[in-house]
Formats: sequence, C-alpha cells, structure tokens
Amino acid sequence: MQKKVKSSAGNQDKNASVRRAMTLRRASPFLTVFVLLLVWQWVSAREIISHILVPPPADVYLAFSNAMADGTLPKHALVTLEEMLYGLLIGVGIGLVIGYAIAKAPLLESILSPVIVGFQSTPIVAYAPLLVIWFGSGLASKVVTTAVIVFFPMLVNTIVGIRGVSPNLRDLLRSLKAGRWQTFRHLEVPSALPVVLAGLKTSATLAVIGAVVGEFVSQGSGLGFLVTSARNLYDTPLVVVAVLTMTAISLSLYGLVAYVEWRFLVWQRRSIL
Amino acid sequence: MRLSLRDLSVSFPDPAGDMRPALGPISFDVAEEDFVCLVGPTGCGKSSLIRVLAGLLPPTSGSARYGDEAIAGPMDSFAIMFQDANLMPWRTVLDNIALPLEIAGLPRDIRHEKVQTLLLQLHLEQFELAYPAELSGGMAQRVALGRVIVQQPRVLLLDEPFGALDALTRERLSLELLRLRQRYVQTIVMVTHDISEAVFLADRVIVMSRRPGRLVADISVDLPRPRSPAMIYEQRFLQLTKEVRAGIEDIRA
Ligand SMILES: Nc1ncnc2c1ncn2[C@@H]1O[C@H](COP(=O)(O)OP(=O)(O)OP(=O)(O)O)[C@@H](O)[C@H]1O
Ligand SMILES: [Mg+2]
Repeated sequence: MQKKVKSSAGNQDKNASVRRAMTLRRASPFLTVFVLLLVWQWVSAREIISHILVPPPADVYLAFSNAMADGTLPKHALVTLEEMLYGLLIGVGIGLVIGYAIAKAPLLESILSPVIVGFQSTPIVAYAPLLVIWFGSGLASKVVTTAVIVFFPMLVNTIVGIRGVSPNLRDLLRSLKAGRWQTFRHLEVPSALPVVLAGLKTSATLAVIGAVVGEFVSQGSGLGFLVTSARNLYDTPLVVVAVLTMTAISLSLYGLVAYVEWRFLVWQRRSIL
Repeated sequence: MRLSLRDLSVSFPDPAGDMRPALGPISFDVAEEDFVCLVGPTGCGKSSLIRVLAGLLPPTSGSARYGDEAIAGPMDSFAIMFQDANLMPWRTVLDNIALPLEIAGLPRDIRHEKVQTLLLQLHLEQFELAYPAELSGGMAQRVALGRVIVQQPRVLLLDEPFGALDALTRERLSLELLRLRQRYVQTIVMVTHDISEAVFLADRVIVMSRRPGRLVADISVDLPRPRSPAMIYEQRFLQLTKEVRAGIEDIRA
C-alpha cells in the first residue's frame, strides 16, 4: 500500500519534471535571443568594439523607427517579399513538376541531371550577373535568382517523397483498379507530403538569399539594395535593420510552412506520441 | 465460377539477368465457394501465385482463368489481403476501410454507412477515428480484413494474412474470418505457413514443393462446418495435419 503511494508520488514528480523540461525547451530559443541582446548591449555600452562597427541596440532601434516612419523600410521590405513570393511560386512549382516527372521516369533523371547538378554546384552569386543580363535589372531577374535557389530542395524532396511511396500500397491501389489521378490523389500526394513539406521549409528559408543576391547584383530597390546603400553611407544601424528584417521575413515564411505542416500532418503528430 | 490454373509458371531474372523459374508449372482448380490453403517452403512462389491470381503479376507461361475469363489484370470481384496490414498511415481506421468504396466512387454517406456496420462486426467501433500507428498488430490486421470484406468480393486472396501475429491473436482472427465467411460466402485462396491453421480453416490444403513450387499434395479436409476450436483435438484433425506434414516432409527428403 505504502509502496503504491510512493510510486505514484514518484510519477507525479516525473510528470512535473517532464513538464519543466518541455517548458524549458520551448523557452530556450527566446532565452538565446535574450542573451544575445544582453551581450550586444554590454559590448556596445563599454565600446569594446567601435560603434561604427557594432552600433548599440538603441541606435538600431532609432534607425528602425526612422526607416518605418519615412516608409523606406516597408517599401524595400515589400519589394524583397514580392520577389521572394514570386520566386518561391515559380521555383517550387517547377521543382514539384520536374521532381514528380523524374520520380516516375528514371530516364528523365539521366537526361536532366547534368543540367540540374551543374546549376546546383555553381554558386548563384557567380552567375547572378548573367541572369541580370538576360532578365533585366527589374523584378524578373530577382524572381529568377530566387526561383533557381528554391528549386533544388523542392526537386530533391519531391523525388525522394514520390519514390518512397510504399510498393505494397501501390499494389493495393492497382488491385482496386484506381486510375492515375486517384493514385496521385489518394496515395502519392499524402505519402510524399511530409518530405515535400520539409523541402518547402528549406526553400522558404533559402528564398531570401536568392532575392538579396539579385538585389546586390542589380541595384534599385529591396532590402539588399538598402544594405548596400546604407553601407556606402556608413549607416551601420540601418544595415543592421535591413539584415534583421530579412531574418524576420525568412523566419515568418518558415513559421508559415511549419504551421501548415502541423495542421495537415495530424496523423504524424499522433503517431509520434 | 471456378478458378483454374493451367501449367502456370512464373520466372524472375536473377542478378545476372537470366530468367530463373520461381513457380510451377502448376495446375489446379478451385471450385466456387471453396476455401483452399496453400502451404509450402519459403521462397517456393506462394506469394507469386497469389499475385498472379490478383492480376498484379503476369504469368510467364500457362494461364489462370476465372470462369471463362483469363486473368490479365485486377478483377472486379477479387480482393487481396497482404501479409502486413498495408494500411495508409494518414487515414483513420474508418477511411482506410472505406478506401475501396472511395476508389469505386461511392458517395461519402453510403461509404460511412457500409463501414459502420463492418466496424461493429470487427469489434473496431471504438477505433474508427484512430490512425494505424495507434493500433496493435492484431487490430491493424482486422482493419485490413475490413478493407477486403467491404469490397464484397467473390474471390478472396489472402497472403499469410495473420503471419505477423502471435498465436492467440491469429486464432481469434481465423475464427472471425470463418464467421465473416458464413455471412459473405466466397471463394478463398489463402497462403499460410501454419499447418494446423490450414487444416482448421480450409476445405482443401495444397502442398507445394521447393522453388519453383509445384503441386506435391492436394488434401481434402472433410471436417464438418462450422469449425470450432475444440476440433483441433479430434482424431480426424490430427490425422489430416499429419498428412499435410507428410506432404511437406516428402519435399525435404
Ligand atoms: N520481383 C522479384 N524479382 C526477383 N525475384 C523475385 C521477385 N519476387 C520474388 N522473387 C523470388 O521468387 C521466389 C518466389 O517468391 P515468393 O515471394 O512468391 O515466395 P513465397 O513462397 O511467397 O515465399 P515466403 O514463404 O517467404 O513468403 C523467391 O525465391 C524470391 O526470391
Ligand atoms: Mg510470400
């Protein structure tokens, strides 16, 4: 009897400690950010590094509110966001279609792989100028750089996802006389979805690189342009503001995909528990 | 309608690319509403035979027919159940069982109505919204059984359907299979590696040789139906299992 009481008390302890561990895990990213902010504040307060190199948080905040007030930050951020979204739409779309085609027809892989691997192993920064020559210095060239960079993870994950479809389930659908479209809808899509969404997460975070590289190469507008022009004026706080805005946009897109994942893969969440 | 296999054989390419026979030639008939069990050493081509009957694998030579029709692809009135439950992990129990009806284009409410009655018969009513990962092996196999029954097939093809389960669960599910069969009478061809299971369930037990599997014994099981678990202690049952075992031992010798 006593033993029982004791062990249930032990269980409660265990539950409490598990819960504490969970809370800690959820809170720890925020803690990291907080600590970084503290270090930043401390470093700049003592002027360990010159304020021109590392501006104090207060200066950055000031630059941020100025850039918000006169509309420069929203303007450039929207430009970059627009490039990213179009680039994602095109790059992800093409990645899905070609990935699916390759997964279904291995011959296509042999035909396309030199082009795809070539593109992927050449640094985008190196051939971005070429893209600007081809697509002009406007929106199009940045959309293309973004599309190129987000294409690859989508391609690879789509191939892996579709090839990973269980052959036994394929047999089952065949025995049920399912058509091509039914097999696609009821088997291939749901089966590949987790891997494809993982690819989309990677693509979402890469998109900003594509857009900003494009903006570095062909000046005009966007957060990449804001960085270059602020740097030319030695306005380090504004550079920091622009960079942090990129981070924020990137993280939001990532979060969006993570949310979609969480919403649609209920079965996976349930399976892990 | 009869199932008839005539000089059926299947070959697969070996790693060097040469065709190696994996099954047959084998010939036998299965009368309408007969329950036939196939036993034989591992790798003798039992699964290949089932896959040919299911229309999933074209025979290398010979033929399989259902009535007058040659089996050249999946047949409407056939259903197959695999060794592992082979459920869709992203579908609930209910939706897994309803899959064949959905593929056939039945509207949602009719699908659900049909599945609901089946869930009761399979004792799965409390699990209709569970996902496969939340089920035990026995329950998952029950769902797979439901997915087959819901098609109301005339011919049921079972490839070691209970092979991955413990002995007790296997016995329970075997009894359930017999019970379901009384309700929805149909022809059954079932692969098993368990001799007593074969004798307990079947009207006929066909023993196959080592790869490439040929017919070495065809034993009629004259135990009365309905079968009950107590029968396995009866003289006739033991005699029949001995006969089947002798057939298998013959191969070894
Ligand atoms: N797709 C394939 N390619 C090449 N060889 C195959 C293929 N499928 C089966 N085989 C071979 O054919 C033989 C028969 O296989 P099959 O799966 O029909 O045997 P089985 O009697 O069901 O065996 P088990 O009792 O182990 O399930 C085996 O030796 C197997 O290795
Ligand atoms: Mg087998």
